[in-house]
Amino acid sequence: MTSAAPRLVSGRIGDVVARADGGPKVKGEFAYASDLSAAGMLWGHTLRSPFAHARIRSIDLTAALTMPGIHAVLTHGDVPGQKCYGLEFADQPVLAIDRVRYFGEAVALVAAEHPEQARRAAERIVVDYEPLEPVVDAERAVEQDPLHPDAPTMGHGYRRDPRPNVVRSIVIRHGDPNVEGDVAISGVYDVGIQDQAFLGPESGLAVPDGEGGIDVYVATQWLHVDRDQVAPCLDLRPEQVRIHLAGVGGAFGGREDLSIQIHGAMLALHTGRPVKMVYSREESFVGHVHRHPARIWAEHRANRDGKLVCVRMRILLDGGAYASSSTAVTSNAASFACGPYAVENALIESTCVYTNNPPCGAMRGFGAVQTCFAAEAQMDRLAAELALDPVELRLRNALAPGDVLPTGQRVTGSMPVAEVIRRCAALPVPEPEALPRDPIRLPGGAGNVTRGQGVSRGVGFAVGFKNICYSEGFDDFTAARVRLFLDARGELAAEVHCAAAEVGQGVTGVIAQVARTELELDEVTLAPHTTATVGSAGSASASRMTWMAAGAVQLACRAAKAELERRGELGAGDEIDLERVYRHERTTPLDPETGQITGERAHVAFACAAMRVVVETDVELGLTRVVWIGTAQDVGKALNPQAVTGQIEGGTAQGLGLALMEEIRTSDGLITNASFTDYLLPTALDMPPVVSDLVEDPEPGAPYGLKGVGEPPTVVSTAAVVSALRAATGRALTRVPVRPDDIVGL
Amino acid sequence: MLTPRSLDEALALKAEHPGALPVEGGTDVLVELNFDRRRPDAILNLNEVPELKVWAREEGILRLGAGVTYTEILHGPVAALQPALAEASRTVGSPQIRNRGTLGGNLGTASPAGDALPPLLVEGAEVELASVRGVRTMPLREFLVGPKRNALEPDELISAVLVRPSGAPQTFMKVGPRNAMVIAVVSLALSADRERGELRASFGSAGPVPGFVTAPIAERESFAEQVAEAATPIDDVRGTAAYRRHALRVLAGRALERCLA
Repeated sequence: MTSAAPRLVSGRIGDVVARADGGPKVKGEFAYASDLSAAGMLWGHTLRSPFAHARIRSIDLTAALTMPGIHAVLTHGDVPGQKCYGLEFADQPVLAIDRVRYFGEAVALVAAEHPEQARRAAERIVVDYEPLEPVVDAERAVEQDPLHPDAPTMGHGYRRDPRPNVVRSIVIRHGDPNVEGDVAISGVYDVGIQDQAFLGPESGLAVPDGEGGIDVYVATQWLHVDRDQVAPCLDLRPEQVRIHLAGVGGAFGGREDLSIQIHGAMLALHTGRPVKMVYSREESFVGHVHRHPARIWAEHRANRDGKLVCVRMRILLDGGAYASSSTAVTSNAASFACGPYAVENALIESTCVYTNNPPCGAMRGFGAVQTCFAAEAQMDRLAAELALDPVELRLRNALAPGDVLPTGQRVTGSMPVAEVIRRCAALPVPEPEALPRDPIRLPGGAGNVTRGQGVSRGVGFAVGFKNICYSEGFDDFTAARVRLFLDARGELAAEVHCAAAEVGQGVTGVIAQVARTELELDEVTLAPHTTATVGSAGSASASRMTWMAAGAVQLACRAAKAELERRGELGAGDEIDLERVYRHERTTPLDPETGQITGERAHVAFACAAMRVVVETDVELGLTRVVWIGTAQDVGKALNPQAVTGQIEGGTAQGLGLALMEEIRTSDGLITNASFTDYLLPTALDMPPVVSDLVEDPEPGAPYGLKGVGEPPTVVSTAAVVSALRAATGRALTRVPVRPDDIVGL
Repeated sequence: MLTPRSLDEALALKAEHPGALPVEGGTDVLVELNFDRRRPDAILNLNEVPELKVWAREEGILRLGAGVTYTEILHGPVAALQPALAEASRTVGSPQIRNRGTLGGNLGTASPAGDALPPLLVEGAEVELASVRGVRTMPLREFLVGPKRNALEPDELISAVLVRPSGAPQTFMKVGPRNAMVIAVVSLALSADRERGELRASFGSAGPVPGFVTAPIAERESFAEQVAEAATPIDDVRGTAAYRRHALRVLAGRALERCLA
């Protein structure tokens, strides 16, 4: 429960441990990447495309180069090495070459003494664009001219899809998809473009080392994969590029892709000076990938007893201009399309296309958010059709260990779907608050629009699940290094190196807890997160970082302890220093034609959550106040219960945002609301307190039995909030975010 | 940055630098500067001008200095004299924004979404404009000439808002897609003035300037429709024209209920 009283901090596994960065962040003292500075530093700025699609005829730098304070103006010709980069496929130019494919694509770079000088000079760069018709309709994209004629994502073990602009398509065929049930429910669902909207904009500092190499201090999610993309574009060896983690102000997937890394390094190497870059809020909205918008066609067939017989779903994702992690999102959307239910027959098709819309990639939930919204809406409709209680319908179909997923993978680990449903359903729902009350506690909040008129209450329920860790044969590992030595007082102390990115999720705390537990020591310090002193940690993504970092630190600590026991004791000046690499159980790719597993598993493990939501909706104005949220989440083992409930509350807020308000709006590919004035995030009046019940069913293969906890709340909360809205309004509400117009019926 | 210490000094500086952009709380101006939408020749910082910070009531006229903040309206004695203005103040931004944002700023920006404008319009407020040439007043309705355009001369500053509190039951409502900190998708102030037998309504974000509708109390049945009909809303990123008109009708109906109860 959220009200758990903090215990005395001993800092071991399972303890409530306060965050070391909590106080400084609340007091405004935390040093974010945007606070970096260095002596003699220049400021970098990026010139971006005002078009969603255009040919570049020429770029004239003459006027910009003569502006005051300017030290460098660079274009694609100045990229020292490989001209393109990408998380999985190098399909995105470091700087646009002859064509821009999205609004805000980087075209040129400027370094100046002052950021204002850099912006002014960028305005004087003359780019001769020939606007082209943008590809903006995902359904039509597969018939239009290819944006990437060389089809960079094809031929990587994916299904061969000859249609233009397909990033990836996957078909999962399971059992007999033509089987009929007693009833069939079909619907079409739409998901708008959500943004990670982290509060700390993209920022970093690139410092030349004087020997041709570079140190980049940056807010990111995976230091080593940044290095491996940056080095070839700079024509440097990997060890010449050192990436160091700077204070991260939120990530949520939006920092998986590069932002300032190559650009800042190019400017720094060119000028021989440290170069700082900080995106403005507007630039941040165009400068990173978003959650894929989706259109989903779903058909659920079931028998009278409520048992699902067959699920058929077609998922169309708009990937935008470049691949980013779209191929993995496409597959994830398909893998979790049926929800956490045992379904013997299924046909799932998931396709992602290139368009000239804003590029999309990783965001918390990674494909499972979109399908959960559609699948859970279908389950509610099925319950209504069969006159069954929605909770009962879900229980009758709940996935359990031993069941087989649509990919043919048998669930071998923990899968307490029925348990999270029962525990969530058992949480007491509060009685409606009496009227009259302060209008701030009614729909419309501070807007003072109702005293109770038009207000209808609704209760919704949803269940969701997704994978934990990287999937489909990805070699997923984390390194950790432990140094044992005697401190100044002659006491045994430890220093832990792990490149796991602390993005606000609290992994540094977990690393310390693991080390203290394994070494039975209080004196544990964490070395800076960097590529310079330790191997890769993998990404702070896919709800994997706590699992993987805990696994690696546990291995290294146990090895160090064994070494210490072998030596008997450490003398002054002695030390034990060793590094270990942790891997979770190997996965294998899905068959490109059938979407079936080619080994034992395509995913390592799963986590599920159930959520009940109470809303009050003003049905005449289409405004909503979410009154209460109760959730039961499958967490394996809560290493730090306070941090787990924090993740649940934050993840829930993010899913609530998608349900009610968060959407990047576009017009012909141009973003029209790149600001916090018009891209709205939930406030304290929009997000109610959350009652969190942690279901601890240990995952057999995971350190301490833990599961990642960051994504399941986001996966399920969008679906659960809209379920409650449907109950309050009686409307179908097949699109998120739900707009006031949709509720009113305009 | 020019920082006068008195109104006289401020007016002299404004006459000398007509291109200088006045700033009080900065809640509009700094956003414009940060987004690089404006680059004024100079900034005229009015935060050190004591005359602008005060409000007073003399001979039935309430004089609100241009530098009076939303927090002062909301939590001070003005709230009882101008209840709709106080309700509007509560809808503005967050507490931090309300501590900084001022009435004068709202008038200076002259946005069709300005929260303080509809309640002042239904109360028949006048604007006091000062310059080295002297002081003039004009009805707020005439002052607001277009979207983000007002009748200020280049050498003038808004010094105060003048209003004779009607004492009529009144209310303010604002619709936005989240429950706090929104720019109005549509807003409405309404008063039911039994003394004059008149209904007055003013709405925001549904036309180039805040709209104004008045009718005899006897027309209460059709008044909500009259308000909705008077609107000239557009589709934009914050909302659709159809929704704005619909919401105005609903708001007006509820406001009448509140004010005629």
